[in-house]
Amino acid sequence: MATTLTSPSQARGPEGAADTLAKPKGRNPMAPHPALWLFPIPALVLYIAFFVIPTIQGVVYAVTDWDGFSPTAQFVGLDNFTTILTSDDLFRNALSNNIKFMLVVVIFQTIFSLALGVYLTKNTKASVALRSLYFFPTILSSVSVAFIWKFVYDPNFGLINTVLGAVGLDRFQSAFLGNDNQAIYWVAITQVWFHVGQMMIIYVAGLQQIPQELYESAEIDGAGRWQQFRYVTLPMVAPATAIVMAYTTVQSFKAFDLILGLGGNPPKGSLDILSTRIYAGFANSQFGYAAAESLIFMALIAAITWLQRRAVKASNPDA
Amino acid sequence: MTYQLTRRVVLGIYAVLVIVPLVVVIFGSLKTSQDLFASPFALPTNWQLDNYSKIVGESGLGVAFRNSVIVTGCSVPLTLFIASLASYGIARIPGWKSGLLLGFIVLGMAVPAQANMIPQYVQFETFGLTDSLLGLILINIVVTLPIAVFIMTGFLKTLPKELFEAAAVDGSGPWRTYRSIVIPVSVPSLSATAIFLFVIHWNDLLYPLLFIQDAAKRTIPVALLSFQGEFLTDYPLLFTGVVVASAPIVIAYVFLQRYFVAGITAGAVKG
Repeated sequence: MATTLTSPSQARGPEGAADTLAKPKGRNPMAPHPALWLFPIPALVLYIAFFVIPTIQGVVYAVTDWDGFSPTAQFVGLDNFTTILTSDDLFRNALSNNIKFMLVVVIFQTIFSLALGVYLTKNTKASVALRSLYFFPTILSSVSVAFIWKFVYDPNFGLINTVLGAVGLDRFQSAFLGNDNQAIYWVAITQVWFHVGQMMIIYVAGLQQIPQELYESAEIDGAGRWQQFRYVTLPMVAPATAIVMAYTTVQSFKAFDLILGLGGNPPKGSLDILSTRIYAGFANSQFGYAAAESLIFMALIAAITWLQRRAVKASNPDA
Repeated sequence: MTYQLTRRVVLGIYAVLVIVPLVVVIFGSLKTSQDLFASPFALPTNWQLDNYSKIVGESGLGVAFRNSVIVTGCSVPLTLFIASLASYGIARIPGWKSGLLLGFIVLGMAVPAQANMIPQYVQFETFGLTDSLLGLILINIVVTLPIAVFIMTGFLKTLPKELFEAAAVDGSGPWRTYRSIVIPVSVPSLSATAIFLFVIHWNDLLYPLLFIQDAAKRTIPVALLSFQGEFLTDYPLLFTGVVVASAPIVIAYVFLQRYFVAGITAGAVKG
């Protein structure tokens, strides 16, 4: 072992010889130790065995009609994909719900978290306290958040309808989740409540890095508050916006727990999104079909993330 | 002037929107259903802990709580250990090979859980790891390894190279350097990552839902979700479940707030 370890530094020839720091032992201590290669091995073994291989296995299932327990499965080629993309109304419904959900969450979560971040940029005592408060919901489990909001939205005893009734605004009372046209939007609002504080923290980090001089010179130039926000804050905080939007988008596709908590398991059609649809396929022993749905789901997330990244790059070359 | 006014109003309204539901839940867990429906915002008229004794005993939340403690108690330190080993190796391996290794592992962050859960289920069932807490520990480690490695490698790469070189000159091998240099200097990064993992592992619903059929092996989020059917309109009991399920994380948040914010934000930024 010792001889093989000496060879690299010897092979260096004159340079190695000139290296006065080289220990007489032979191996150059400045060079990374070969045993460093052993350190990633446990992680790699677990990752390859239980993550990479199943992911590849998923592609194999996707071209079969496997039900999850039969010893054999029929190879069906791209049939699953064709069915999903052309004639599966349940999938289309879930996709459309997912897109509605994503749009509402991304728009509102980005705007609210930016507004809160701008208001709480300074590290005053009050700001720090409010930040901790707003961040708080993020640490709860989705199921807990779902149960809290189940009561907020309860048509008979819920908080919103109680308050509306008490102030005489009964006509705005709603069935909320019971109303199929609106249900997904109410879940989206819950999602915003759940995670806006987390995104606010990302904005605060970005906002605190904006040099104060920019605002001072803008003020000298006669820019009002709105103009300062429009021409200083917004462009300077674009990298944070990119992160917030990308994260929120991915999060909105993964909103599995919240949907199950608010909509039941399995959720009704008006609350079905892609991840719950895939889970339903799994629960109904359509493993091959659900695996194909998973691949489409993954491709969709990848495409949206890629498009967003391009859009942010195009709008802000420095980001 | 109007700016300050708007700011106060917005911040005030949002504070109310966060606090009120939480207060209603805590008070609600101490009320009867009638009391809750009659005056949801009021303090409980007669404080009663029946819901708590009921939920821990009859509903099996006590067992679920124990299971969650076992699973999270094992999976968080193990993930940290395996990920920190890998991160140290990756951060110190020279040249493109390090980037390749990191890229390969981090690619896992782009694969949503719902995309490979089905083959994972099949695999775990084959190995007899469904309906087992060990299986949950393993899957927690596997799915959070990529992000943990990403966060920690990022941190270790910011350390000066001289730190490692000095150790090597003093005759410290990589294992000793890992134990006596990497771990001590990484405490802030490890703590933030630990909190991040704690929140994910403790709150995870998907994998226990997928892997666990046996009620005795349920973790907290699954047990909580199952109340939905069992106690359909019994909100005080649901709220009690929420309070019990959230208690460990809330207590940790009160004391380790800084790490929560750092950890969850690092996870978001890098995820």
